Amino acid sequence: MREITASGQTVDEAVQSALEQLNTTKDQVKVEIIDEGKKGLLGLFGSKRAFVKVTLAKNKIEETTEYLKKIITNMNIEAEITVTVTGNHVNFELSGENIAVLIGKRGQTLNALQHLLHLAINKDGKQFYTVSLDAEGYRQRRKDTLESLAAKMADKAVRMNKKVALEPMPSFERKIIHAALQSKKGINTYSDGVEPHRHIVIKP
Amino acid sequence: MKALIESIVSSLVDNPEDIKITETEEDAKLVYHLAVHPDDVGKVIGKNGRIAKAIRTVVYAAKTDTKKRIYLDIM
Repeated sequence: MREITASGQTVDEAVQSALEQLNTTKDQVKVEIIDEGKKGLLGLFGSKRAFVKVTLAKNKIEETTEYLKKIITNMNIEAEITVTVTGNHVNFELSGENIAVLIGKRGQTLNALQHLLHLAINKDGKQFYTVSLDAEGYRQRRKDTLESLAAKMADKAVRMNKKVALEPMPSFERKIIHAALQSKKGINTYSDGVEPHRHIVIKP
Repeated sequence: MKALIESIVSSLVDNPEDIKITETEEDAKLVYHLAVHPDDVGKVIGKNGRIAKAIRTVVYAAKTDTKKRIYLDIM
């Protein structure tokens, strides 16, 4: 953690100069006022400069990346982590040799890790982040699989003129199916059951 | 294994120094017992045990050198 002290005519100016030196923005630092300073007479006599101590808070995203790295190393798996941030959405992408272990059956390990990352990144932070974790393009592959499954099951529902229930899935996977079948005519989709057994039902 | 459990849990709780992990070996299984500060219990269990389930999923996925089944006991 880096910290510097800076001075200026006013507290605001002092903070501003500290931010410039640290090359950062105000929401990533902690400001401690050492001396508020004095204006003095006509700004000429008896004026005292303001002093502030500015501490660069450790970036939540970097912290979470380290957290993820630590978990993976402790699982005895070697993987590269690429982080991309868009707005308040953080995407972690894993790549490496033994990545299948990290994905697990139907992505359950990947989803569990994603949930843990979500908790770690949003713990006592002011900024809220959404997290997604991907490994070797698994999410895209899964999306394709889900979309073809959705089409198949929708046909089945229409053909048999009966409700078709799918197996339980996490919310973001259900979203993919809802979206895939939204424009399809003659069927309706809804979710039934309580988490973690919530599943999609396709109704003709 | 202990290191893995600790690394997962330490970022979720407010009092990481109060994490205690004990290991007991039985015939066919290795049981890890996790205890945290009383205020942090909810943070490792979660709504409907969602966090506990996520921790277990990750722990069970890790490779081990023993052939024994691993169990994670929380509190």
